[in-house]
Amino acid sequence: MYSIFFITSFLIGGALLFNRNNILKVFLLLSFVILQGSFALFVIRNTGSSYGYLTADHLAVIFIVVLFIISSLSIYHSAAYLKWQQKNEREHNFYYAAMVILVAALNCAYCANHIAITWMFVEITTIAASFLIYYRRTELTLEATWKYIFVCTISITFVFIGILFLGIAMKHAGLTDMSYTSLMANAYLLNPFWTKMAFIFIFTGFTAKAALFPMYTAGIDAKDKAPSPAGAIFASGLMNVGFCGIYRTYGIIRLTDSAAWANSVLLFSATISIFLASVYIMKVANYKRMLAYSSIEHMGLVMLGLAMGGAGVFAAIFHLLVHSFIKPALFYQTGIAYRVFGSKMIEETGGYFRQSVAGSLVFILGYFCVTAVPPSGLFISEFMIFREMYLGGYLWLMAIIMMLLTVIIWALGRNIFRLVFTAPPNVKFESLERPSPFESLSQLALILFVMFMGVFPPEPILDYIRAAAAIVSSR
Amino acid sequence: MVNLILLSFLATLFFIITAWRLVTYLQILALQGVLLFAAAFFSLSSMHTANLAFILLETVVVKTVAIPFFVGYILKRNNITREAEPLVPVFISLVLMVSSVILIFFLSYASGFSIFDNLFFVVSLATVFTGLYIIMTRRKIITHMMGYLVIENGVFILSLAVGNEMPMMVNMGILLDVFASVLTLGIFLNKIGDVFKDGDVTQLRRLKD
Repeated sequence: MYSIFFITSFLIGGALLFNRNNILKVFLLLSFVILQGSFALFVIRNTGSSYGYLTADHLAVIFIVVLFIISSLSIYHSAAYLKWQQKNEREHNFYYAAMVILVAALNCAYCANHIAITWMFVEITTIAASFLIYYRRTELTLEATWKYIFVCTISITFVFIGILFLGIAMKHAGLTDMSYTSLMANAYLLNPFWTKMAFIFIFTGFTAKAALFPMYTAGIDAKDKAPSPAGAIFASGLMNVGFCGIYRTYGIIRLTDSAAWANSVLLFSATISIFLASVYIMKVANYKRMLAYSSIEHMGLVMLGLAMGGAGVFAAIFHLLVHSFIKPALFYQTGIAYRVFGSKMIEETGGYFRQSVAGSLVFILGYFCVTAVPPSGLFISEFMIFREMYLGGYLWLMAIIMMLLTVIIWALGRNIFRLVFTAPPNVKFESLERPSPFESLSQLALILFVMFMGVFPPEPILDYIRAAAAIVSSR
Repeated sequence: MVNLILLSFLATLFFIITAWRLVTYLQILALQGVLLFAAAFFSLSSMHTANLAFILLETVVVKTVAIPFFVGYILKRNNITREAEPLVPVFISLVLMVSSVILIFFLSYASGFSIFDNLFFVVSLATVFTGLYIIMTRRKIITHMMGYLVIENGVFILSLAVGNEMPMMVNMGILLDVFASVLTLGIFLNKIGDVFKDGDVTQLRRLKD
């Protein structure tokens, strides 16, 4: 099933690139969605099965199902977006092909049980993502694409340097198998110096995908300049792949004597990320960049949970899962609002309530969910993370982070309520499009699910998260 | 023998940090390709012959001939001025470079392993540092790309340290080389194409906050 899925997805991607027929395009995209759905179903039923270098463990299954939902919605929303952009056929083909290959490569990267295989598929995601960013072919998208490629290539090189350091550590320990399970079983043999060097380089490299402190800049421009359906995948699937890389490497170093040192690296990066997010979100001029900075804040919280250990790990994965639903909802709606106003600048838009009641509802409910107001699932995970920090004795850090979060909540609220209620002086509302409420239906469903996760989280999902958390919290 | 090659590689880094003209950068990059060829030839003794031939081909053909030639072509075609325009005086760069190499040497003693591995470690880390430094202190995109090529050479040296035990690593390094070259090449070829024809929609500000 693994090989069927990956080969067929790449074939579909190739076919989309050269296809000229509209009906065939719909058919190909539909078959990709079905293929991905059946793959998700397959890994749910055969959790833990492996094929060569790919193993669908619990963490991978969670992310694969999330990616299936988000990518199907993204393909659905892309149709309206591309119709509005009215580019020629060839550029549409590039867009869809890149999206299909990105999704397939992300699925592979989640499943990879060998650190080098993860690295290779992350490389493929960079190529596919850069095509998505470059879709509009303007000077600004070119700038964003160039920055994204450059920062991502350097960070991929960093990951590779980290893998080489790990190789040196293994050479001294007499090991040759680089799969995660073997590394975790033999972690006590690894030399601490080279393991530390490996961890710091691999961590720095994966922060470009995960949107964390040292390399976060690439992701901001990418989420801003890519079409919003693609931005939704960047803010969920692509961030999850960065987390996957960090999480699995952390699972190795946690078993060595350097565990406390690794925790302090995570804490440092997380605190700086939240700080930077709160600084930039105050002066941001554009809604999509605002959402991108909010993603940095949430990833920082996830890293805090991971560094705290214990229940914090569970909370981190729960947080990531819920965040992967709420952030795409906001990205889709921002795309619709961008289409209505012809602008995504905060200064030039407002009074969205007159144009679309359903869309405004998405923004308002989404705002409450993304800032972790109680019915939202994020409230539970943030509460658990803060409880772990309190129990761990990080009171000062907790106070600082709570203050920074207050700033973020205020800044997000100011901008979102302005978009919904305050009409700017020189906008002629009669001439603007009124988007159909059906377009907002998917976002409302996602938000409903996020609230459901906050109130009655289903037991099977929690079981999966517990099993995924056991990768780094057992023993 | 390998140590001698690695030390001369270290010397080329000092050259590249003081170089003024872009052509000098290209010449040093080509020289580094040759040195990498020699280092790989002498250190990868226990490797499969076909694989070794492939690696040697990559260092000589891609690193020494193809990439410098292609970058030189871009320089000519886009009428890029010939100076590197460093933002920091050369003297300060040199002082920083020397102190960083000394620091890396001290760091390598913390590992407590043989000098043979340490030299690979020192030279590759110094190379990566030089590449990052070039990226940070030069103004042009093309110099950023050259800085990245220097980083890649550093990675290649490091992969030689485990090359005999894990030949897969060296091949992955080559994969990275090819991947990055194709991506950057694609961008530069695309940039000249259809971009500047259509005007931007809403904002003409550059990307920043």
